[in-house]
Amino acid sequence: METNWIEIGDINDIPLRGARCVKLQQGRIAVFRTSESEVFAIEDHCPHKGGPLSQGIVHGKAVTCPLHNWVISLETGKALGADRGEVRTIPVRNEDGALSIALESLMMAAE
Amino acid sequence: MTQKLIIIGNGMAPGRMLEHLLEQAPGLYEVTIFNAEPRVNYDRIMLSPVLSGEKTYEQIVIHGDGWYIEHGITLYKGHKIVSINRDAKTVTSDHGVTESYDKLVIATGSVPFIIPVPGKDLPGVITYRDLDDVQAMLLAAQSREKAIVIGGGLLGLEAAAGLASRGMDVTVLHVMPTLMERQLDPAAGYLLQKAVEERGIKVITKANTKQILGTSKVEGIELDNGTIIPATLVVMAVGIRPNIGLAKEAGLAVNRGIVVDAGMQTSDGDILSLGECAEVGGMVYGLVAPLYEMARIAALHLAGDRRPAFVHSDTPTKLKVTGINLFSLGDFAVGDDREEIVLRDAAAGVYKRLVLKDNRIIGTVLYGETTDGAWFNELKKKATDISEMRETLIFGQAYQGGSPLDPMAAVAALPDDAEICGCNGVCKGKITGAITAKGLTSLDDVRAHTKASASCGSCTGLVEQLMSITLGDVYNPAAVQPMCTCTELGHDDVRRLIKAKSLKTIPAVMQALQWKTSCGCAKCRPALNYYLVCDWPDDYADDYQSRFINERVHANIQKDGTYSVVPRMWGGVTNSGELRAIADVVDKFEIPMVKVTGGQRIDLLGIEKEDLPAVWADLGKAGFVSGQAYAKGLRTVKTCVGSDWCRFGTQDSTGLGIRIEKFMWGSWTPAKLKLAVSGCPRNCAEATCKDIGVICVDSGFEIHFAGAAGLDIKGTEVLGLVKTADEALHHIVALTQMYREQGRYLERIYKWAKRIGLDEIRRQIIDDAEKRQAYYDRFVFSQRFAQVDPWSERVSGKDKHEFRPMATIGYSEAAE
Repeated sequence: METNWIEIGDINDIPLRGARCVKLQQGRIAVFRTSESEVFAIEDHCPHKGGPLSQGIVHGKAVTCPLHNWVISLETGKALGADRGEVRTIPVRNEDGALSIALESLMMAAE
Repeated sequence: MTQKLIIIGNGMAPGRMLEHLLEQAPGLYEVTIFNAEPRVNYDRIMLSPVLSGEKTYEQIVIHGDGWYIEHGITLYKGHKIVSINRDAKTVTSDHGVTESYDKLVIATGSVPFIIPVPGKDLPGVITYRDLDDVQAMLLAAQSREKAIVIGGGLLGLEAAAGLASRGMDVTVLHVMPTLMERQLDPAAGYLLQKAVEERGIKVITKANTKQILGTSKVEGIELDNGTIIPATLVVMAVGIRPNIGLAKEAGLAVNRGIVVDAGMQTSDGDILSLGECAEVGGMVYGLVAPLYEMARIAALHLAGDRRPAFVHSDTPTKLKVTGINLFSLGDFAVGDDREEIVLRDAAAGVYKRLVLKDNRIIGTVLYGETTDGAWFNELKKKATDISEMRETLIFGQAYQGGSPLDPMAAVAALPDDAEICGCNGVCKGKITGAITAKGLTSLDDVRAHTKASASCGSCTGLVEQLMSITLGDVYNPAAVQPMCTCTELGHDDVRRLIKAKSLKTIPAVMQALQWKTSCGCAKCRPALNYYLVCDWPDDYADDYQSRFINERVHANIQKDGTYSVVPRMWGGVTNSGELRAIADVVDKFEIPMVKVTGGQRIDLLGIEKEDLPAVWADLGKAGFVSGQAYAKGLRTVKTCVGSDWCRFGTQDSTGLGIRIEKFMWGSWTPAKLKLAVSGCPRNCAEATCKDIGVICVDSGFEIHFAGAAGLDIKGTEVLGLVKTADEALHHIVALTQMYREQGRYLERIYKWAKRIGLDEIRRQIIDDAEKRQAYYDRFVFSQRFAQVDPWSERVSGKDKHEFRPMATIGYSEAAE
């Protein structure tokens, strides 16, 4: 199946070490930009108690959930440290700063 | 029979020579030293830290008076030798002392080069060579006026950084196009210039000084191109010349320096020379490592061993300016027979360049990231063929042969003969050997026994790692709790170093304090951001990405991802207009919950993030500002109705509470700060369980602090009684500032007070009026930058991106 890429905006819309969210009817995607300007997208829903990960502090390639400080890897979506849990990661394409996310993963993520 | 040894000069080289000699052949010589400076032997490399205030003179003394007495050495302080009579084998000082010698060591060092321009002799023109120069600079810096440093080399830049950190407005003039061109290539020189300029130091390259202006003292400098730069202090740091006058007059062979053979012997068989004045193999030296090698050789010869010979080796250069890391070694000029490997990381300010010839490193320039300097030095020294690891060489040792990235492992993997301390030429094996053989357990012990990290100190980290590897868990460098896993330093050390090293950005802190992670974590970043906001209110640009979400969006996140909004109600007092405005906002935005808080104000809960700016806009129209109910900062000042209404009220508690809140709102503190003012000891505002509370009494205002009514329950302590509302405000503000400056991030005031001690706090805030005033003034200064209503800023468009989704996908037009 061909990947359906959906444009979501420009990399400069996201602050360095920051995140924005993308709203879709089925839920929210958090799009992160690390200090190295790498971009990652994951479900905006902490596996612990559903906290909005897009609101957390971004450090290295991880984010700390604002509700109870779980640390989630942006690369794998897995909780780091002693916590167990995981969120879906969504492929992001970065073409000279123009960002797109992959639709079918997105649908799966939204279920 | 004991022979007489006379040493002219008491710098680091002869000092080191004596240490070796006393070890090799104790009692062989009766030693006399003539020192033109009126001092003992001190560490000249550390003059820059003395200038910048990171060290004191006492801390850089190598041999105190006791050392000379203990070893039976006669030291003539402030005696300059004016003549050597080689026939009679005597020397004579300017004070008329004549002593005879069997062996003489000339260690007269160097003199600073003074550029021969008009005005060079004006008062206010100084060099940078010894402690007297540093003291002259410190004196001049008190004026906080303009200074010019001529010379953009190692010494000049250290002087400039020191003067700048002492508050002077500094300009560096450098004759070449880039800084430190003898040690750095242009690319690294450029990065260095940027870093220097970031410290507020102006740099003018290609600057030729025409003359120094002034009549009775320095007033400025005129350049060749006519530019005039005003200054009250001019520091000449353009280079040094071997000090050979005395040797020349005595008829010894001299060239650029005093000519010696590889055994440090001059043209006279009974006279040796070493240090910056000596020329060996056609070279003169200014860095400490080769000078110490001369000291070792000279000591062996004096002890009777004629075999050891001085061999030239390149010495790495490091700049001792806090926060600027650079490393330069060997030859880095380009050539047809040479290749180079370059790595740049602009964002991180890193530049690395290796110059290769026949697959061997011959030169290295590292800027920004210098930890692999020792390893490259090792490869160069051993002329290791690097073709096998060429692809990954520039990334450093940790990337070779799949060995781990752990810095401990990298140190563990170094061979025993790898040089750890460049200043003193101490290799790894000597350090680990001494630790084991002598049972050393502290860094000071290791320094005392091996000299490793005892000079410039830049290898301290490596030495500590060696101690950890050798001693295992027995060695505990930091008994303090580290801030987080990104650092070994505790909160107090970090705060102290931020001040001492004038670190003014989070990357600068992480760089200078050697953070183990690239950009910290959710624990250290908010803490660092607070420390920087507190310490540099005017300079520091608040890093919102290092703030917890509540402080980033100025509302309190709730469990479902919505926010709550609490407008300020000064002293808990409101009116019909405000209440009506709140009611309208609740209706308009369908706010599901309205709740009265414990801090005498109103909480609006369940607001979507996207709606926050619109809610604030409506509240703002009614005159509301943020209540900072989300902040590690001033929250509320609760009051009772006091003497205005209450039949028991002794003072206007409501008025005082409002006054305090209006004075202190917007200030950031280590943890949240809640206040209360009660109008009488019945204490209806519950002031005695607050961070700071006031109990009004007939005779004045009793100030309380360090209460708690959360995780812990604790009544307040009494700070003291003051007579007027003005004094009450003054004391409360000063106490808050003391807590702001000393508290650890997230440490409530009662925990801080327990740590510092109530008596100490009372001593500083109640007893010491001067200190109290200084705290007060610093708080007031900081408020100039802090008292901006964050809500109205965001209503005006600041941080727009925070409150909107980046994209909305799959909604039909109508749904929007």
